[in-house]
Amino acid sequence: MSAPVISPMSLPAPGPAPDGPARPVLEVEQVSIRLGGRQILDRVGFTLRAGEFTGLIGSNGAGKTTLLRIVLGLRGADGGSVRVGGKPLTRRARGVGYVPQKIQIEHDAPLRARDLVALGLDGERLGPRLPSRDRRDAVARMLEAVDATRFADARVGTLSGGEQQRVLIAHALIARPRLLVMDEPLANLDLRAGQEIVELTSRVAREQGVAVLLSAHDINPLLPVMDKVVYLAEGRAVHGRTDQVVRSEVLSELYRHPISVLRVDGRILVVAGATVRAEAFDAGERDVRADTAARPAGLPEVHAG
Amino acid sequence: MFAPFMQDTWITAGIVAVIAALVGFFVVLRAAAFTAHAVPNAAFAGAAGAGLVGVSSLVGLGVFSLGGALLIGLLSRKGRHDAVTALTVALMLGLGALFLSWSTEYAPEIYSLLFGEVLGLSSQDVTTTAILGFACVAVLACVYRPLMLSSTLPEVAEARGIRQVRIDLLFLTLVALATTTAVPVVGALLMFTLMIGPPAAARALTRHPAPALTLGVLLALATVWIAIAASYQTDWPIGFFVGVISAAWYLLARAAAAVFRR
Repeated sequence: MSAPVISPMSLPAPGPAPDGPARPVLEVEQVSIRLGGRQILDRVGFTLRAGEFTGLIGSNGAGKTTLLRIVLGLRGADGGSVRVGGKPLTRRARGVGYVPQKIQIEHDAPLRARDLVALGLDGERLGPRLPSRDRRDAVARMLEAVDATRFADARVGTLSGGEQQRVLIAHALIARPRLLVMDEPLANLDLRAGQEIVELTSRVAREQGVAVLLSAHDINPLLPVMDKVVYLAEGRAVHGRTDQVVRSEVLSELYRHPISVLRVDGRILVVAGATVRAEAFDAGERDVRADTAARPAGLPEVHAG
Repeated sequence: MFAPFMQDTWITAGIVAVIAALVGFFVVLRAAAFTAHAVPNAAFAGAAGAGLVGVSSLVGLGVFSLGGALLIGLLSRKGRHDAVTALTVALMLGLGALFLSWSTEYAPEIYSLLFGEVLGLSSQDVTTTAILGFACVAVLACVYRPLMLSSTLPEVAEARGIRQVRIDLLFLTLVALATTTAVPVVGALLMFTLMIGPPAAARALTRHPAPALTLGVLLALATVWIAIAASYQTDWPIGFFVGVISAAWYLLARAAAAVFRR
């Protein structure tokens, strides 16, 4: 197994998908951006293929949202290129569905879940639109696919965070995008709702053959469904399968600081400090404690508990 | 009050109500009530200034409504929206006061500019109002979906290629258009009650966008027509009735919604 290499060095191409090498849906190459005198992204690159579920992992302030905004065409980069379906990014809708982290729709806004999903069909088009049976059916099918039929006629503003996420996923997917971008969908959900959203996203995306790029600060809820990970730290990214990327030596090089990756009960703990590294894999009953005194500012203490 | 000379009044007020309710639906959806208050204040300054330079007050209304709206839109891009709006209100009221002090108009005309006047509308006003009203409805029908999307999911709208800045300016232009049509009838100070009251009441009663729009229009029509009748009978200013009835719809709708939810 070849160890993944941290950008800006050249990355090995991710292994071909089980059903043959699909054409990349998203190609991010050498993307750099400086904001307020700080290098947020430094020659970040990775590719996503159809149907792949990719977690964009990084602590707060690692540049996840900035990177997603560049991928969505919401902001430019200082350098590098982003291609969706082989074509350079433009401002028009380009087969990318987007689920924002938070929505602000008032609880009494006269807008049902159904209406919001219908806006996903062609909300950017001008001109009057006549209601049709086809549209209604498409919306109903999409709501069913995300398990949202039972609250389809409720006001969007009165739904819970998890329900709103489902509606937003339906809104994004009904336009049949090639890529679904989700910005921290788990940030405002409890653990169970978060797990449901992850599983649902994975299932629906696989059904539709959509590549998913989902950002999160904790890798663990994504482990059951994730094909690839893009790990973001210090402005750089490392991309590959989880077992290739989330390793002590890879993350230590990424952070430029000793990092220990612990696997406990099928979960991954990322801890700053090298002192526990030797004990990491036979941690068993031992008291595992990171040398937190050596932790520089900005490093995550523990990614998951 | 159903005399032939009142006919134009009923028609004009009806058109005004329809436009105010349609644009008002988006004003409430976008939480832009303060903007809807600021633009008519600009219109007031425009109408006051129009007399000084010898153009029709409608031109003054239009130019200043649009100018005020675009000023808010452009300055808000890089500044605090509420501060920009507040300063626009202050600037426009100040200009209005200055223009009035220079003008030779009689107090009743100024008064009607602020609080509305339905009885003195000429037949030319009906045609102009109808044209402006038609333009307003046509633009709304054209941009309904992008406006709806950017009012509810602004980030998603932007990612789908809808430029926020353009939609903001377009929306403000619609507010200016509605204001230009309505201020001569309901007055600058009370215009925004007609834009806020009926749509806000409607959304308390229905979950669907289309019925909310329709109900808002019906409530706005009821508001202006009741206000005209009441104003005709009592000789009290029409703006008073528009404001009170608009607020009453909202309170009644909230009460009804609370009862039905039980």
